[in-house]
Amino acid sequence: MTAVALKGLLGRKFRTILTGLAIVLGVAMISGTFILTDTIHKAFTNVFNVSYRHTDAIIAGKQFVANANSIPTVPPSVLTRVRALPDVAAASGSYLFDTVTLVDRQGKTIANGGAPSLGFGIDPSQARFNPITLASGHWAQGPGQVVVDTATATDKHYKVGDAIAAKGDGPVKPYTVVGLGKISGVSIGGATLAVFDVPTAASILDKHGYDNISVAAKPGVSEKRLAAEIKPLLPPTAQVRTGSQQASHDAAEVTAGSNIIKYFLLAFGAIALFVGAFVIFNTISITIAQRTRELATLRTLGASRRQVLRSVLLESFVIGLAAAVAGLFAGLGLAKGLNAMFVALGVNLPQAGTVFAGRTIIVSLVVGTLVTLAAGLFPAIRATRVPPISAVREGAVLPRSRHAHRRPYLAGIVMLLGLAVIVQGLFATSGAGSVLGLLGAGTLLLFIGVALVSSYMVRPLASLVGRPARALGGAAGRLAVANSVRNPSRTAATAAALMIGLALIAFVATLGAGLRNSVKDALGKQVKADYVLTPSSQGSEFFPAQTASALGRLRGVEVVSDIRSDRANVLGAGTAVAGIEAATIGRVYRFAWKQGSDAALSHLGSGAIVDSSYATKHRLGIGSRFTLQASNGATQWLTVAATYHPPQADPVLPKIVISRATFDRTFPRPQDSQAFVKVEGGASAARTAELKGAVAAYPDAKIQTQAAWVAAQAKSFDQALNLFYVLLALSVIVSVFGMINTLVLAVFERTRELGMLRAIGLSRRQTRRMIRHESVVTALIGAALGLPLGVLLAALVTRALGSLGIGFHLPGQQLAAFVLLAVVAGIGAAVIPARRAARLNVLHALQYE
Amino acid sequence: MSVLEQYVDAGVRPAPAPSLSVVSASNLTKRYGQGDAHVDALRSVSLEIEERRMTAVMGPSGSGKSTLMHILAGLDQPTEGTVRIAGLEISSMSDAELTRLRRRHIGFVFQFFNLLPMLTAEENIVLPLSIAGEKPDRQWVEALLETVGIADRRTHRPSELSGGQQQRVSIARALVARPTVLFADEPTGNLDSSTSKDVLALLRDSVDELGQTIVMVTHDPQAAAQADRILFLADGRIVKEIGASTAADVLEAMQEVSGR
Ligand SMILES: Nc1ncnc2c1ncn2[C@@H]1O[C@H](COP(=O)(O)OP(=O)(O)O)[C@@H](O)[C@H]1O
Ligand SMILES: [Mg+2]
Repeated sequence: MTAVALKGLLGRKFRTILTGLAIVLGVAMISGTFILTDTIHKAFTNVFNVSYRHTDAIIAGKQFVANANSIPTVPPSVLTRVRALPDVAAASGSYLFDTVTLVDRQGKTIANGGAPSLGFGIDPSQARFNPITLASGHWAQGPGQVVVDTATATDKHYKVGDAIAAKGDGPVKPYTVVGLGKISGVSIGGATLAVFDVPTAASILDKHGYDNISVAAKPGVSEKRLAAEIKPLLPPTAQVRTGSQQASHDAAEVTAGSNIIKYFLLAFGAIALFVGAFVIFNTISITIAQRTRELATLRTLGASRRQVLRSVLLESFVIGLAAAVAGLFAGLGLAKGLNAMFVALGVNLPQAGTVFAGRTIIVSLVVGTLVTLAAGLFPAIRATRVPPISAVREGAVLPRSRHAHRRPYLAGIVMLLGLAVIVQGLFATSGAGSVLGLLGAGTLLLFIGVALVSSYMVRPLASLVGRPARALGGAAGRLAVANSVRNPSRTAATAAALMIGLALIAFVATLGAGLRNSVKDALGKQVKADYVLTPSSQGSEFFPAQTASALGRLRGVEVVSDIRSDRANVLGAGTAVAGIEAATIGRVYRFAWKQGSDAALSHLGSGAIVDSSYATKHRLGIGSRFTLQASNGATQWLTVAATYHPPQADPVLPKIVISRATFDRTFPRPQDSQAFVKVEGGASAARTAELKGAVAAYPDAKIQTQAAWVAAQAKSFDQALNLFYVLLALSVIVSVFGMINTLVLAVFERTRELGMLRAIGLSRRQTRRMIRHESVVTALIGAALGLPLGVLLAALVTRALGSLGIGFHLPGQQLAAFVLLAVVAGIGAAVIPARRAARLNVLHALQYE
Repeated sequence: MSVLEQYVDAGVRPAPAPSLSVVSASNLTKRYGQGDAHVDALRSVSLEIEERRMTAVMGPSGSGKSTLMHILAGLDQPTEGTVRIAGLEISSMSDAELTRLRRRHIGFVFQFFNLLPMLTAEENIVLPLSIAGEKPDRQWVEALLETVGIADRRTHRPSELSGGQQQRVSIARALVARPTVLFADEPTGNLDSSTSKDVLALLRDSVDELGQTIVMVTHDPQAAAQADRILFLADGRIVKEIGASTAADVLEAMQEVSGR
């Protein structure tokens, strides 16, 4: 029996491979994701392991507020005390992995996508603590000298002796490149390096004290012991880690993002596998139906039901395992493709040797095989119901399932359950994780429910979407529409696979349209400026406070109101805080007051304006007092002066807004995140040029008209949407494999009939057209099921997000484009089957048994 | 001496025992459909099939021959009546019991051969044994291959064999498990007259040399002439029974039956 199953697969090579392809892509996505994220992780770990190779302990400032702008420095006195410890061989104060941006000859910041701009202050005499190796030139000595990384030098054509500019927390300063270096032996992706001597670094970073003190132990002293000895010497703002702790801490910090990428990509792999399961289910069902007679013969020869079940499951197992192995290796290529995609999106990741972990292999193989087995289970069970007498009956077909008549009810229940789970997730659950979980599970159920009921919808839908085929395709078109409904459950299952991808695409498009509209709306309601000053690159969030003052000095500029931002610990959680210029903010920003009025602005003092829902959540009212702890550990008492309710879709100001004076008094190194500008006579081309000229000296900032700024904010979703489309395209491709499969099997099954049609005069061209139209009709049924489903899901989700101010907006044009996409998918899927059908030898086809 | 006889003489197969009934049916009725549209394919048919003999079932098209054979072989359920094979009542058997019955007691030869296209001739022949999880007896398989005359074609697939060769493979397949009874429905229905002769001779030899019991449905007088006993069916009833006869006698009996 085993041999029968395996030889059967070999005898149907082409069909078996097509079946397997449906799973290959999903598995490739999973293995590719693991390979990519493992490789990123390894690359970062390499960077830090190499950097702290000879460091036994490292002292750094303690981070009081997660994601705050700055971390306290370590006072130089600590260095003296540490050096005096008997177990210390050497210690050096330095700046490691701080932020310094290089500025090119045109005054533009050198930034590669979201990659970090790293700044170092290093004592070259303490070579063991130095993560950088020099490739040419010498180390920076004294003010005005810098060593940059070789990659940037090559890219931007800098060589030793050239002038370059750089900026830390102060203004841009000129430097001379005196050397080129890199972190030895590891890739840093798109990151740039700027290496100074220690005092120069302190000045450009505007810091007193060190970022880090690196310590080496005397021989025989362990890392741990050294750290324990250092600990009592430290002020409360500093902490000590062993070298290896620091390496994994830094790597974890940098790769926290890659975990999100991992789960995000895995989710799309799972969707592709789900679609693949549909395809496999359908393909195996069809092959079982076509082999009814063969299975019945096996039963007459003494095969038991269990043996039939096992042999069909064995086929699924072999297909699944082979496809999983293929997918595993395809993942290697896909990881490269995904990396290229991130590079195209401006995210340059560091590289290391490809990491092919045991976990990747096991998960890929197990998941691929199990999904295929699960998809093959139902057809296998149906195969066991083939009665032996089918061996002697002409045109024997697979018996209908005993529960077939209950299917519509089952479908209804599954759909209702799906909707209930979605509604529960959207309207009665909190926590992004559980909402997404319920939403995903509910959507899955909804898809299964629609798929179950879809065979009943094939006839009406085909007569609707088959209209063009009947009108344009002549006899071939009419035959095609008739063929598409002769086996409704097959057509339905084929279309259902496409439905999933299209539904998700329509969902994303509808949600995106809603988001884009709501953001435009929200920003328009809040800001009434002519120009908006923002950070110049995606990576940076701030620009120096001087930028706004420079604009304010221009003639014709009426108001420049800048917004300071940072994070602080408030009421037990890290929270964004803004500092506003109370005197001018009212001219450029409309507060939607809940309690209080514009009057609150005129005597804000050490008062705070608090988001009303935040206030409700924390039981704050006007006059309530609370403390705020800044990143250096300093605290400040605040009194609620007013509450406001900004549009939740895109609030310009955070939940806690204080006066600029209070902000500058409380936070170390205050920086601007935005400034709003009003000019005499409103925005004009001449004015824009003038303001741009004034901002040119500040490469961190960028000025735009309010209209351009709003458009850019609304467009910022496009990149994310495109990423979604690319990843969902994978699922659509899987369903196209399913369409190819079904058609190839149909052509095979209708060999005799096709021969007859050819014999009575159907031309090759008409034969191809017939198959093509059938494919397009199937694809359009998929679109007719999927697009409304996606829009419905988006409507539900926007409903739930109503409190966030995100509305529903039907993207008509895009939906029309997706219908076109379905047609193209249908035409594409028909190429191979149509060619096979047209190539049939009429004589052989008629004799075919 | 034929290969089969040598094999039998080697004492592998027990010597023939006195004639016994291996299949017996009583009062078989089969009704298809209901109400006005119903068809009575069998009406109260009773019969005994004797061991080591070839019984032919003849009759005009639609007389119920295939229906009778399917019910005797346990492929279909009678509307009324009982069937016993090798002493076992089969109408109340579960699917698992029927499976066991097929493995041990029943062999089939089909009109359209029903060979598995991806297996070679030899693999097709030993398939019933592999399904039952038994090890093929090499000598026995070789003897069968030799007898049916496809020893030199054993590695060919069905698509590479002629119709006659395919039917001979399927006869070997039906014999390989030494079933109590072999059922053949129109085994020559899809063959030309000269290949038909070979196939019929083969079936006859298996009765004479191996003591195989065969029930064969046919409407071909030449085929029926090979049988030890011929039953005539008309309109779902056994209307006549004759012993071994020549093709001419069979034809005459047939005309008599259909002329009634
Ligand atoms: N599955 C079935 N459903 C309905 N009627 C059937 C079925 N099988 C056979 N019949 C009818 O029963 C009668 C006997 O058929 P069958 O046994 O095939 O005859 P034969 O093999 O002698 O030609 C015929 O009238 C035939 O139409
Ligand atoms: Mg018949």
